[in-house]
Amino acid sequence: MPYESDSDTQADSHCQPSAQLARRRLLRATSAMLLAGLGAGAVQPLRADARPAGLDMATQRLSERGLYRVSYKPDAAPLPINRLHSWILHVETADARPVVDAQVQVDGDMPEHRHGLPTRPRVTRYLGNGDYLVEGLRFQMGGWWVMAFTVTENGRSDVAKFNLMLQK
Amino acid sequence: MKPKKLALIGALLAGGLTAVLIFAPRAVWSPEELSALRSLWIGHLEPPPADPSNRVADDERAAEFGQRLFFDKRLSANGQVSCASCHQPDKQFQDGIALAKGVGTTDRRTMSIVGSAHSAWQFWDGRKDSQWSQALGPLESSVEHGGDRTQYAHLVAQHYRAEYEALFGAMPDFKRLPEHAGPVKDPAARAAWERMGAQQRDAVTRVFANLGKAIAAYERRLMPGASRFDKYVEAVGRGDREAMDAALTPNEVAGLRLFIGKGNCLQCHNSPLLSNNDFHNTGVPPGKGLPADAGRLSGLQQLLKDEFNCLGRHSDAKPEQCGELQFLATDSRRQMRQFKVPSLRNVGERAPYMHAGQFATLAETVAHYNQAPAAPQGHSELKPLGMSRTEAAQIVEFLKTLSGPIQADRKWLEPPAPPQ
Repeated sequence: MPYESDSDTQADSHCQPSAQLARRRLLRATSAMLLAGLGAGAVQPLRADARPAGLDMATQRLSERGLYRVSYKPDAAPLPINRLHSWILHVETADARPVVDAQVQVDGDMPEHRHGLPTRPRVTRYLGNGDYLVEGLRFQMGGWWVMAFTVTENGRSDVAKFNLMLQK
Repeated sequence: MKPKKLALIGALLAGGLTAVLIFAPRAVWSPEELSALRSLWIGHLEPPPADPSNRVADDERAAEFGQRLFFDKRLSANGQVSCASCHQPDKQFQDGIALAKGVGTTDRRTMSIVGSAHSAWQFWDGRKDSQWSQALGPLESSVEHGGDRTQYAHLVAQHYRAEYEALFGAMPDFKRLPEHAGPVKDPAARAAWERMGAQQRDAVTRVFANLGKAIAAYERRLMPGASRFDKYVEAVGRGDREAMDAALTPNEVAGLRLFIGKGNCLQCHNSPLLSNNDFHNTGVPPGKGLPADAGRLSGLQQLLKDEFNCLGRHSDAKPEQCGELQFLATDSRRQMRQFKVPSLRNVGERAPYMHAGQFATLAETVAHYNQAPAAPQGHSELKPLGMSRTEAAQIVEFLKTLSGPIQADRKWLEPPAPPQ
């Protein structure tokens, strides 16, 4: 089928007038090529709000106040849309010691759409070595998501936020 | 500047504009738009997810049994109503009227069954979490089939014993059961139900649940087929301009561009079924003369106490297989008056629209999304789209390109042949 290859570039090139066509219908092709450029420039953005440039997509990061180094690993790749799945969240201190017995609150948001996740994911099990099983994740649409994990242990708390860009 | 020169420049500009309009490529898609087109293509529709709560979901014999039940009018209070009365095969398994009519009239629009095996939630308010438990609701509704559990158990014992027992094991002896009993609105049937012993009630309820499972095995086989839109996406993928032009008109292409762009339609109508199978408040006006409808908010409460949900005793699933129910979001502020996002496959064939058929045409429906009025209850998630009349009409034109056949063996699309 046409989309076995998932390359946007390749698919896009199919939409441009071919050189053969240009030779056959010079005038039309010239106009078309000119307009292809104009048309591409005039394409409506998919989202009304601009997302910040250069979003950090790292799957490991320091929490906002620098208390924890947090990373995640989904059980499916690429991240599925409209399907329940789980992540393993790894939490360690800034000096690389696994954090055990933490309370982790999970939240998901689409900043461009003003809505969150359709489910309420939560940590269901501590797996040892600073690893927490997060179950019940389901993203109902592609685009930019922000997943926030609030880690609380020993009377202190900090949040780690991850940007995700889900393919439609 | 001399008038002649001005006229010449004007003519050149007008000529240029005409050339632009005549020779404009019908569709130039940005990489992001192409990605959106691909995501909607029917070729990306996977087989429906397994239903662990129904162990006969993929059993062909169960589907055949379920099909016979689906078309059997004896499963009703007056012998006149079957599942197919509202879910009509020649109307994409819906009925084309605002409020469903069984032995009475409901408060909601019949939803199409086609493709519903892909959804974790059934009904406009998601009060059911499987196709089989959905099928049971109308059977006991006083305005739909209007029947009751012992009536159905007797019917199966008399007319479907062999099919039933081949799938679900021996039927209990139902000879001493009341003719009519069940947890239904009818006071006599309800009283008879309450007089029955718990064990007897459980045995009857098990048969009742199994009927739903057989019906679901049938419904699971009904999937949407390819539409002109899908042919267009395939042509785009091949770079076949001729096939693109043959598949969609320029107006339909313009509507498609609006659908994935300015219209913000993909926010809910995504994936090959053009639905995220989720719930949203889009400020739809109340149905005329109908009581207030809290949608998902009340559906959630019914779901959680439903004896036929995934965690219930009649479900075949292990608790850990009931993820959707286990991780259900129950934030009541957002869920007030949310309704399920229907698939847009065949939407052009399915007027009237919305959960109580409030809008007679697609044009009215698109106008609603364009205007984004405040919700009668809760908060609408819509923002005005600022589309011109032409743009709104183009979206309607595009929506009509989503029509196609039902993808299923022909034998599933008509009443079953009587048994040999």
